[in-house]
Amino acid sequence: MRAQPLVAVAFAAALTLVGCSSGAPTASQSPSAATSAPAGGAGGDVGVFTWWADGSEKVGLEALEKLFKEKYPNDTFVNLAVAGGAGSNAKAKLAADLQNGNPPDSFQGHAGAELQDYIRADQIEPVNDVIDALGGASVFPKNLLDLLTVQGNIYSVPSNIHRANVVWANPDVLKKAGASAEPADIDAWLADMQKLKDAGVATPLSVGGTWTQLQLFETVLIADLGVDGYTQLFTAQGDWGSGGVKKAVAHYAKLLSYANTASDGDDWPGATDAVINGKAAYNVMGDWAVAQFTLKNKKDGVDYTYFPVPGTKGVFDFLADSFTLPKGAKNPGGAKDWLSLIGSPEGQKAFNLAKGSIPARTDVPSDDFPAYQKTAMASFKSDKIAPSIAHGAAVSQAWNSDMSTAISKFYRSKDQATLVTDLVAAAKKNAV
Amino acid sequence: MRRLRTWGPGLLLVSPSIILVGIFVYGLIGLNVQTSLAETRDRITNRITNPGGVANYLNLLGDDRYQHALWNLLVLTVVFMVGTMLFGLLWAVLLERGVTGEGAFRSIYLFPMAISFVAAGVAWRWLLSPAQGPDQAIGLNQLFLKLGMPWLQSSWWSSDSSFNMAAMAIPAIWQLSGYIMALFLAGFRGISDDQREAARVDGASEWQLYRYVLFPQVSPVALSALIILGHMSMKMFDLIYSIAGANSYTAEVPATFMWIQLFPQSNPTGAAANATVILAIVAIVVIPYLIYTNHTEKDGRA
Amino acid sequence: MTITADTLTASPVSAPRHGRRRITPMKTVQFLLLLAFACAVLIPLYVVLVTSFKGGADVSAATAWDLPHIFSTEGWSSAITRLAPALGRSLVLAISAAVLSSILGSLNGYVFAKWKFPGADIVFTAFLFGMFIPYQAVMIPLQKMLLEIQTHGFAWIDGIPKLILVHTIYGIPICTLIFRNYYATAVPTEILEAARVDGAGMLRVYWSIVLPVSIPGFVVTLIWQFTSAWNDFLFALFLTSPRNGPVTYALQELAGGQNPDYPSIMAGVLVASLPTLLVYIALGRYFISGLMSGSVK
Repeated sequence: MRAQPLVAVAFAAALTLVGCSSGAPTASQSPSAATSAPAGGAGGDVGVFTWWADGSEKVGLEALEKLFKEKYPNDTFVNLAVAGGAGSNAKAKLAADLQNGNPPDSFQGHAGAELQDYIRADQIEPVNDVIDALGGASVFPKNLLDLLTVQGNIYSVPSNIHRANVVWANPDVLKKAGASAEPADIDAWLADMQKLKDAGVATPLSVGGTWTQLQLFETVLIADLGVDGYTQLFTAQGDWGSGGVKKAVAHYAKLLSYANTASDGDDWPGATDAVINGKAAYNVMGDWAVAQFTLKNKKDGVDYTYFPVPGTKGVFDFLADSFTLPKGAKNPGGAKDWLSLIGSPEGQKAFNLAKGSIPARTDVPSDDFPAYQKTAMASFKSDKIAPSIAHGAAVSQAWNSDMSTAISKFYRSKDQATLVTDLVAAAKKNAV
Repeated sequence: MRRLRTWGPGLLLVSPSIILVGIFVYGLIGLNVQTSLAETRDRITNRITNPGGVANYLNLLGDDRYQHALWNLLVLTVVFMVGTMLFGLLWAVLLERGVTGEGAFRSIYLFPMAISFVAAGVAWRWLLSPAQGPDQAIGLNQLFLKLGMPWLQSSWWSSDSSFNMAAMAIPAIWQLSGYIMALFLAGFRGISDDQREAARVDGASEWQLYRYVLFPQVSPVALSALIILGHMSMKMFDLIYSIAGANSYTAEVPATFMWIQLFPQSNPTGAAANATVILAIVAIVVIPYLIYTNHTEKDGRA
Repeated sequence: MTITADTLTASPVSAPRHGRRRITPMKTVQFLLLLAFACAVLIPLYVVLVTSFKGGADVSAATAWDLPHIFSTEGWSSAITRLAPALGRSLVLAISAAVLSSILGSLNGYVFAKWKFPGADIVFTAFLFGMFIPYQAVMIPLQKMLLEIQTHGFAWIDGIPKLILVHTIYGIPICTLIFRNYYATAVPTEILEAARVDGAGMLRVYWSIVLPVSIPGFVVTLIWQFTSAWNDFLFALFLTSPRNGPVTYALQELAGGQNPDYPSIMAGVLVASLPTLLVYIALGRYFISGLMSGSVK
């Protein structure tokens, strides 16, 4: 069960030809295909487990719920949201419910490798038919579908996309030090950081806790290996001891030498604040950081600028939430109604407008979205797509945890050889 | 039959508790040990993830990461116990001698105990920020700068030293010193004034009074306090979880590592072995203590 | 080590005034030392308090020591709104768990002190060990077992009922210990013997003689159990969700969100600690003796 892009491409092609779940090798015979659902929905309760219980996510979910009621009046939406979702009971409960054959009708998961655990345990069903009914590769970027495909099947419907490889910068600080508005590659970026340091900016780059460091590291990997080399790392052929990885580790070490001192448990907004108040020039953070600038009444393009991490121009380092169809769901028809709504242009627009992310579909008009989201939507359409490590698209949770450990260790020791060794060991232990 | 009638009802009355404690303490410990000995395989690759039996424990104890966590726990425990005992005793001695505003001081010292580790951790995460220097420093480091004492700045628990966990003990010391103070205070107050007066009449200095009259009498309190602190430190999870996050190698102790094993790594077998090791460490200290107190109690009665 | 009726009732709140009451340089040093320590202890409280009154744009790690520029109670209102349901649940949890384990502890303590059965000492020591176990050592099977029970006809054993069950059970050892030691000294065996000779049964003796003098013991166990159930996070994390869990878990969620709102987190810290603080202030007199009895722990 490997999420190998090369294999996946072949299967994805087959998939679009066959078009229906019955054609896919391990797809089950679903009682009601999304295409043949009666108007107004399959009826009955549809229990949906999410961790969208707070803030903008909650608002987004409410928007979806409203839309769901309008489109599928026969169905009754049952909100099983659990805040955070990181809680062990929430996870244990979900795991136990899945094991005991008492699953919700649909549950949320990070799209990509994080779903592997469920696929391995044979707890979720392919949703190829739903994806196809929604328009398949004509509305979702093909390489996104490839990344979601495991052994020829797609197991979740992506609801929203975030971008991880964004540098947020303070233009005033850059101007003062004569640094370029957007460095071309990591080396040029490092040179700019030196300029900034010479101009009196003690810590040109701001970082937060361990996961923000892992996210920074993944963008450096993309910059130094290119999308294909990077994606290859997560396959059985991936070589974490290669010269490319070593180069990225060296770059990463140098970047950290320009960074502030953080602790493992630090939040990300503190790091973003450093850019806002001019203590730092750059912060690499997912595009949810827009909210932090907005909170502090900062203006896009005036008080802050953003660009892809140098060397990753034309690459969209993505993370996504997605919804699944658990095996043994009591109301698979209703679940498919929900999945169809999640994947529909209206659903994607309503949710993403509220949450501040962008639709996974490329055919949703960007007119109503704010400035940053417009640019992100344009990039998503044209860029190559790479999966995020820190946010579960590229690696399983266990692998993610091992890499986080290595990054936490490295942050203190700055020992490059050990980091490479640890990365190799993590891959050996977790790659499938 | 006559005997049974005397103790039968007593046993009957306690039996619900015996059953509950039997199941929830001993039964579950047994199940946990059983879980820890399982052989597990990866569902897909069929790779053996836990070889099963004692080998599970040998693997765990041989793992660098676990040894690092055990070392962190040792540092944390020693500093926490010494620090808490020191402050607790010092405050108790200072208060015991009678002072203006004693009640207020006592309440202030005790107040951190009313706050849960989770709540306190939120504040301490920020206070123990490792950044230093006028540009960066926040938290305690920034306070030291403001007070003109820059040499006090530290990287705290994030420092690249094997003893970094000593700093993680600070919030724990903050939280529990008041408790230890209260224990000692109660111990001191239990000693009659006559003994002090007698010692003073004999011409003992204040130091001699404490050294030879008062301290020996609170030593049982000190022993209980040490046991309490020791076993609290073994299971300390909340504090580290809320200060360092769930995935910090730097601040990892067996209790937080267990969380990693259980959830991100989906390895309940390894987690159960880890939990058994924590239990064993506690038992090594606590069982002799229980036997000892049991004996002294019996001697006391005889 | 052993708790007696004396330590329970005559709590050491008012200091016996030994020594001279003159103001000596020594006394001044002592006072100043205590003051310095008190300030150090209050530092975290200062930060929490100050931050809780700041507005969103006013919050920054770099200026956290400063007083708020704009005084705002938004953090407080949002914390109260968000934590209110969990606060209610915690209250139910802490009170029920405290009452239930105190009742069981009282009955057990009575038996262990006065109606010993063969092997009672061994059983009692086995109870005591239960007090010291790191809960990690039972957590994995406990979580599993409770989920099993929940899915097999006891769906209501979730959230707070689940935690009440767990806290009550794991509170039995300490409560038993406190009551056993209390009854051993507070209730003279002769009175019980006399009652027994008069034909009173065990429960009758408990009800009419032992229970009426048990109030100090109950105060101690109630405070102790209330505080530990209130402050617990580990059980909450493993056995409940933020939707049906206690306030510590809700607070952790509030603090761990993707867009942390510091004023409301800090206000939340205070809101979540308020009930135990109130218990300390109102019942502090008994609390110190509670700690005394906890010293056996």
